[in-house]
Amino acid sequence: MKKRFAPLLILTAAAFAYAPLAIQRAPYESTMGLVQKIFYFHVPSWMAMFLAATVCGIASAIFLFAGRKSYDRIAVAGAELSVVFGLIGLITGPLWGRKAWGVWWQWDARLTSALVMWLIFVAYLLLRKYGGSGSEKLSAVLALFGMANVPFVYLSVNIWRTVHPKTSVVMTLEPDMGRPFLVCALAFVSLCALMLLTRVQLENRRAELDELFLALED
Amino acid sequence: MASESVVASGDRAMRSAPAARSSFLATAWLITRKDLVIEFRSREVVYTTLFFAVSCVLVFAFSFVKEGVAAQDAAAGILWIAIAFSGTLALGRAFERERQNDTLRALMLTPVDRPAVYIGKLAGVLALLAVVEAIVTPLVALMFGAPVLDHALLLAALLAAGTIGFAAVGTLFAAMLIRARSRDVLLPILLYPITIPVIIAGVRGTGVLFQADVDLPMARLWLSILVFFDLVFVTLALWTFEPAMKE
Amino acid sequence: MRKWHRSFSFFLLPFSLSLALTVFGATVCAQQPPQAPDGFVPADQLKPQEQLPAAPLVIAAYAVAWVAVFGYLWSIWNRLGRVERDLQDVSRRQAAGERR
Repeated sequence: MKKRFAPLLILTAAAFAYAPLAIQRAPYESTMGLVQKIFYFHVPSWMAMFLAATVCGIASAIFLFAGRKSYDRIAVAGAELSVVFGLIGLITGPLWGRKAWGVWWQWDARLTSALVMWLIFVAYLLLRKYGGSGSEKLSAVLALFGMANVPFVYLSVNIWRTVHPKTSVVMTLEPDMGRPFLVCALAFVSLCALMLLTRVQLENRRAELDELFLALED
Repeated sequence: MASESVVASGDRAMRSAPAARSSFLATAWLITRKDLVIEFRSREVVYTTLFFAVSCVLVFAFSFVKEGVAAQDAAAGILWIAIAFSGTLALGRAFERERQNDTLRALMLTPVDRPAVYIGKLAGVLALLAVVEAIVTPLVALMFGAPVLDHALLLAALLAAGTIGFAAVGTLFAAMLIRARSRDVLLPILLYPITIPVIIAGVRGTGVLFQADVDLPMARLWLSILVFFDLVFVTLALWTFEPAMKE
Repeated sequence: MRKWHRSFSFFLLPFSLSLALTVFGATVCAQQPPQAPDGFVPADQLKPQEQLPAAPLVIAAYAVAWVAVFGYLWSIWNRLGRVERDLQDVSRRQAAGERR
């Protein structure tokens, strides 16, 4: 794991160092102007959130069905990162929407389902913190429900009529906007991977500490 | 662990009997019947949940009263809020019984399909909520002048589909929370984010039925969305119940 | 512990550099009037004074992202420090116990 850390760190740092330049050079969007530039951080942070949620879900499934305890630690890391990146997305979105739509929030399918998915992972963290022993399996089940939400949230904007832009926007970006977007997406995804590794490291150390405590008591 | 070997030998015994598979429903029915009989004897959960649901409706109705008349549009939302809140209460109470005598672990130790236990408990909770809804829905109709009888079958289908979705997730989590700390506050925390889509679909579908100009195709669309949620939730619950309850 | 010190300062330098660049870039963009480059024509004809100023929103959005990321990294850093301290403490007690 340590071997993956350094190259990821370099990649993330490079991407984040280059990102502001790329964003500044990107052209203004015709109807929204300057405020559209929030897009370059808003969408990648949700991409990172989806990644973290999926990692959490898959790790939870492996923990639940194969009983491998180490995957539970990965699940915890994934849940925490989902909450962090989801929070960034939930704040940058309304900041953009205030100018673009005139309202901070709308209860349309995309925003509502995204908020609900975020709440599921907040509930995961609350459960782990206050549920006492034995809450690992329960939180794993919760994470599975959370992961099941990811495709639902992603496709909600295509299925229902929403005020939020559709998924086709990212696919049909013109190159001058597409390149900075790619840089930011890469930056956020590698940041997510980096933070996952770091957070799992913390969980591993905690597990070591628990084992040492138990050994001491014997 | 000792309990694991008992369970394993029970499983082996079950698999050797050819009639074992057909007893899935028999097991589920046994558990449901047990719950219903116990409930019928004391009627504790039914009465308390019903009273709570009615109070819920009253409290919310008064919040939306303008010039002595309750807001018409609020009927659907208030009905579903009452179902969600009283459902959470009922789930907590129903499993509290299991916790006090550690009977759920005894159930888990018997050589039966674990999903059958889940279905049995779910059916018991659904029966309880059906009774509550049968009384609360006419009450809401009375207080808000909502046309409950016009499309009674569709309304009943919406209520049933929504309640199944809500109770499916609720039964799973309530069963798993039995041995957790702070289980009373954790059940709503875990349950509501997951079932919000079900509640939304239920409110929208019911709201469409309560409107002056009813939009039947829209109501049927929301019903099919509810059925989709039900399938996903029940499948996930059946899939995860056994590994989650294993100690 | 020292390894973490090194990697975090390795972290901190490019990140604070990028943060500074972002803030700088945002301020520069905010001071320029939002003139659309060739090929992009603004669709709405509202006077710029009647619209909500976009710059504070953009700056706030990027600031939130940075603060959240750094705040989280700092919290991991803190928690890791605490666990490492406890680990050293426990292994010391264990070693002391074994000597006896």
